[in-house]
Amino acid sequence: MGTHDIIFNGIAAFLTLSIYTFLYKDNPFYKFAEHLVVGVSAGYFAVILYYNGFVPKLIVPLWEQGKLYYIIPAVLGVMIWTRFSRKWSWISRFSLAFYIGSGAGIAIPLYLQNFVLRQLSASMLPVGISTWPMITNILIIIGVFCALTYFYFSKEHTGAFGASAKIGIWTLMVGFGAGFGLTVMGRVSLLAERVVFIRDYLNELFRYLS
Amino acid sequence: MDNGKSNLYDWMMNLDRRWVYLVIGVVVTLTAIAPFKVPVYVTPEVRNIYNFVESMEPGEVLMIGVDYAPEAMAELHPMNYAITRQCFAKGIKLLLCCLHQNGPGMVEQVIAQVSKEYDKVNGVDYVYLGYKPYPAITILAMGQNFRIPFPEDYYGTPLDSLPMMRNIVNFDNVKAIINISAGSATEYWINYANGRYNAKLAIGVTGVMTSDYYPFLQSGQIFGIIGGMKGAAEYEDLAEKGGYISSEKDQLTAFKSMPIQTTTHIVVILFIVLGNVGYFMSKKKK
Repeated sequence: MGTHDIIFNGIAAFLTLSIYTFLYKDNPFYKFAEHLVVGVSAGYFAVILYYNGFVPKLIVPLWEQGKLYYIIPAVLGVMIWTRFSRKWSWISRFSLAFYIGSGAGIAIPLYLQNFVLRQLSASMLPVGISTWPMITNILIIIGVFCALTYFYFSKEHTGAFGASAKIGIWTLMVGFGAGFGLTVMGRVSLLAERVVFIRDYLNELFRYLS
Repeated sequence: MDNGKSNLYDWMMNLDRRWVYLVIGVVVTLTAIAPFKVPVYVTPEVRNIYNFVESMEPGEVLMIGVDYAPEAMAELHPMNYAITRQCFAKGIKLLLCCLHQNGPGMVEQVIAQVSKEYDKVNGVDYVYLGYKPYPAITILAMGQNFRIPFPEDYYGTPLDSLPMMRNIVNFDNVKAIINISAGSATEYWINYANGRYNAKLAIGVTGVMTSDYYPFLQSGQIFGIIGGMKGAAEYEDLAEKGGYISSEKDQLTAFKSMPIQTTTHIVVILFIVLGNVGYFMSKKKK
């Protein structure tokens, strides 16, 4: 590791520790690091968006290729900015209507197909008790049915219906538990990577200084 | 005596969270300083992806959608490296794209390092399409022709002048897509690439997201999931056994973090038990 890496990795280590100081309490080091992250991310995003979206999708077609119809989406885009004026904000509704209308038109049929119907058909499984997959299939069917009964509020959750709802809430809890466990794993991964980074940096720093 | 016990239960219930942070910080640091080896059980959903890449012939094309930013590097970078190394070692060509605004740097970091290791050439062995906003529109357009959203690659070279892209038009010409993501981009890949164009799809996601996508594995919309750092460690384990990566070259970053995962999880479980004992005992007292 050369002087350049020592300096820049040192800044990274300092910013990492600054962020973690928030775990004790809010302080100027944390504020500085947080604002730096937000500022750098926003600046980076703006530049990336300009060169990967604005230039190839508007500047080049309009000015270099002479495709004048690109003025239409450009005007629709400019119209959205009228939201900053109380007097003219109504103009932005045309752009938003186009945006939401086209977005919904593209998304709704596919979402219904892939996130509802495909999932429904995946819940319609062959049942039996002869093999292990079939036992898991039965568990899935019971879990789905009972979880759905929990969300049926037009009937009081008593008797057999209440028991089904109870199994449903346990099924949901198993799902939340799995989600929580994976969330812990995810957060620990971030901490582990930073701790290993600081450990390796300190090793390199001591080697460099000696 | 009873009063003393009640105080203990109250203390367990109202433990300042900073003690939890301190204990976890100490445990993570100690494990990082003195690591040990932890066996990793490989799940079928990770093995499916590895086996699929393994079954591909040299010259065939795999697409990788890299949709994460530096904050998810710890979980997703290791799997990205492992898959890329396996592909380049096998002579599989890579088509890369990015639908996350802070992701282009992630692709460049991985591809620059691994292409150098395997002496792979941009435009011949891999093509990096770059980043485009609005994932739904971009994926739908790629399903028709990669040249619609990406007339040029990330470095400004027209796709038609790149040797690798001569016979590649759309998703029909790639064997599969692996989406490595830390956000909603995965939903777009499932909905549009698989749902609309029937593209073969697998995903690598952060731990937080993993449980949300298991239903899509069961429904057959995706053929594999690499979930967070544990999934990445599983993939690294398989790739090491396959001879594609090695611990001597320090290429098993997720695998090496598994001891930290183990010790930290033990601490978290102990704190959960402590909190629950306090809760039930203080309830019993009342």
